[in-house]
Amino acid sequence: MKKINNIIELKNISISFDGQTILDNLNLYIKDREFVTFLGPSGCGKTTILKIIAGFLKPDSGQIFFDGENVNNIPPYKRTVNTVFQRYALFPHLNVFDNIAFGLKIQNLPNDEIKYRVSRLLKVVNLEGFEKRKPSQLSGGQQQRIAIARALVNRPKILLLDEPLSALDLKLRKEMQLELKEMQQQLNTTFIYVTHDQEEALTMSDTIVVMNEGEIQQIGSPEDIYNEPKNAFVADFIGQSNILNGIMLKDYKVSFAQKEFECVDKGFKPKQPVDVVIRPEDLQIVSKNKSDVKFTGIIDSVVFKGVHYEIEVFAQDMYWLVHTTKYFKKGEKVGLTFYPDDIHIMSKLFDQTTNIIKAEVVEENTIKFLDIVFEKDDLNIDPGSTVKLTIPPNSISLVSSDFADLVLTLDSIIYKGAYNEMYFYLDDENDNDQYILVTSENEEEVGTDLGLKFDFDQVEVNKCE
Amino acid sequence: MNKISIKFLPYGLWMIFFTVIPSLMIIWFAFTNESFEFTLENICKISNHVEIIFRSILFALISTIICLIIGYPFAYFMTKLSKSNQKLCLMLIMLPMWTNLLLRTYAWMTLLENNGLINNILKAISLAPIRMINTPYAVILGMTYDFLPFMIIPIYTTISKIDNSLIEAGNDLGANDFQTFRHIIFPLSVPGIVSGISMVFVPATSTFIISQLLGGGSNVLIGDLIESQFMGSTYNPWFGSAMSFILMIIIVIIMAITNKFDKTETESLQK
Repeated sequence: MKKINNIIELKNISISFDGQTILDNLNLYIKDREFVTFLGPSGCGKTTILKIIAGFLKPDSGQIFFDGENVNNIPPYKRTVNTVFQRYALFPHLNVFDNIAFGLKIQNLPNDEIKYRVSRLLKVVNLEGFEKRKPSQLSGGQQQRIAIARALVNRPKILLLDEPLSALDLKLRKEMQLELKEMQQQLNTTFIYVTHDQEEALTMSDTIVVMNEGEIQQIGSPEDIYNEPKNAFVADFIGQSNILNGIMLKDYKVSFAQKEFECVDKGFKPKQPVDVVIRPEDLQIVSKNKSDVKFTGIIDSVVFKGVHYEIEVFAQDMYWLVHTTKYFKKGEKVGLTFYPDDIHIMSKLFDQTTNIIKAEVVEENTIKFLDIVFEKDDLNIDPGSTVKLTIPPNSISLVSSDFADLVLTLDSIIYKGAYNEMYFYLDDENDNDQYILVTSENEEEVGTDLGLKFDFDQVEVNKCE
Repeated sequence: MNKISIKFLPYGLWMIFFTVIPSLMIIWFAFTNESFEFTLENICKISNHVEIIFRSILFALISTIICLIIGYPFAYFMTKLSKSNQKLCLMLIMLPMWTNLLLRTYAWMTLLENNGLINNILKAISLAPIRMINTPYAVILGMTYDFLPFMIIPIYTTISKIDNSLIEAGNDLGANDFQTFRHIIFPLSVPGIVSGISMVFVPATSTFIISQLLGGGSNVLIGDLIESQFMGSTYNPWFGSAMSFILMIIIVIIMAITNKFDKTETESLQK
C-alpha cells in the first residue's frame, strides 16, 4: 500500500505540444487537506499540471494516482475533482441556482437535498438571495464566488483553482485570498491553486511548488521558500532580492562583492561558485563611521512604498536594494551592514560561470560551432579535430538580429547587482543542459528573441583530450 | 442634422426606396381596384386559394424540419473537425450556392425524371423505376437541398463560438459527453437554430419555380400563384398584392412565435 495521506501522486509525467516539451518527467506528491499552490511565470507548465489532474489533458507518459489508485484512463466527469476556471466558465443560460445545482442535478439527487446544499453554499460564499440572477448580471467578484460554490457543492476531495483571482481588482483579490483560505480550512478539502502571483501564494498556501520551464524548482512552506530559496530563480521570483555572484571559500566563509564574510552555510566544495542572496529587508543602512559597517556607499534613489522606503545604495560597484522604514536623503554617504544569517548561499542553476562549447576545426585556422564559422590565426590544430571553446559571458554582446551571429530566445534573466545574467538554452537532441550565458547591462524580457554577437578575439580554444 | 444621421442618409434612402415604399405599394394595391377605389374584394378572393396557402406552409415546414434534422448534427460535427477542415467544409457547403438556383433545380429535374439518371440506374440493376418528378416529395427535396446551407451556417457559427471551458466545466461537474451536449451545448445553440429556421422557413414559404419545375402543375404554391398574377396572362397585380400582403402577415406571425422560443436564451447571452 502507498502512504495513505498522499491524495495525489504524479509519477514521471511528460507532455509536449507541437514538439515542444511542457513537462518533462515530473514527479509530485500532494498531501490530503493541504492548500498547495503551483507558482511560476506564465508558460512554466503549472496550468498543464492542473489540466492533467482534472483529466482534460492526457500526459504522453507517466501515471496519475488519486488515493493510490491509477486514474490515467478515468474521464474527467468520473474524477472526484472539481475545477474553478480562470474565466469562471459559468453557464450563461442558467441562473445562479441552476449553475450551482448543475453537478447535483447530473447526479440525480432529490430536489430537497439539491435545494439544501445550494443554499448552504450560497451562504458560504456570501451570496444568499442571488439564486434567480443570471451570471451576466453579476460582478466579477460575484461570478467568482458562484464558480467556487458550483465546484464545492459537489463535495470534491480536491478543488483545483486556475488563477481564479486574476481578473479581479487588487482590493477584491486580497479579500478573496483570505476568504479562500478560510473556506479551505472550514471545508477541510485539498485545494490546488495555480498562480503567477508570489504574494498570493505566500498568503494562502500550506505548501508552495515553485515551477519554471516545466520543472519543479522548489517545494516547501511559504516560510521555507521565502527564507531559504533553493536557487537564484526562486529567490528572484519570490519577493525582491539582492542576488550576487560569490565564491564559497570554505565552510562558513564566503566571498562576494570583493570582500570575505562569515556565513552560516556549509557543505559546498572549496572555491565553488555560488549565488548569494540577501533580502532587501535584511540589509541595514547605518552611519558610515560605525564599526560593524560592511560596505560604504551612496544613496542612489529613494522611493516611498507606503510601509517602507525602497532605497538603492551604490556600493562596491553595484546597486543594493534596501527596504527600511527610516528615510535617507539621495546622495547621502552611508554604511551597509547585515548579519551572517542574512546571507543565503545557494548553488548556481548551472555549475559553470563561463561558456564551454564543443566545436570542430573545419579548415586550417577555421572553427565551426552552432553553425557559426570563424577564423582564428595560428591555431595549429589539424582540420577535423574537435576542440573546446571557452567564451567569456561578457564577450558576447546583444545586437539586433540582422547583425547577430546567432538568434536565441531568452530563457532566464537574473539581476546580479551590477549586470544581468541571461541564460539562453540551446535545443540539443541529446537533451543535455546546453546553454549560453551572457552578462549584459541590458534589461530584456524572458521569451524575447535576441541577437548574440561573439567577440572571437576573446574566445579561447583548447584541444579536446 | 447631426453627423450620424448624415452618414446614415444613403442607407436610409436605400431602405425607403426599396423596402418601405414597395411595402406601402403592396398594401395600397391590396386594398384598391383598377379604378383606385378602396375594396376588400382582393383579400376576400384569397379564401378561394386557402388550399394553396396551406400547402405552401406545410411544404415549408416539412423542408425546414428536414433541414434542421440534417443540418444540426452536420454543423455540430463540423465544429469537431480541425480548423483547416472546418474551412474546407464551409467552402464545400457554399460551393453549390455559387451556381444559379434555376440551374441547380434543372439538374435535379434531369436526375429525377422518369427517364432520368436515378431511374436509369434502378433499371440497370433490374429494379422497378419510381415516379419521382412531379410529386410533392420532389418539391420538398428541391427546397431542402436549396435551403440546407442556410440552416447549417448559423448553427455552425453559434456552436463554434461556445467557449470550450464551458464544455470542460460540464465534464468537470460530472456530466458525460451526452449530458454536456443536452444541458450546455444544445441550449446555447438555440439562437443559431432560430436564425437557421427563419433563414430557411421564410424563403421556403414564398418559393416558386422549384415547385413548377419539380412539382409539375399539381403542386402549385403561393409563390407561383403570386408570380402568375404579375407575369402571366391572368394579369392582376391587385390580387397578387393582396396575397403578398397576407403572406407577409403569416410569416411575421410564425417568426414571432419562433422568436419567443429564443427569447429566454438570447437574453441570458446578452452581456
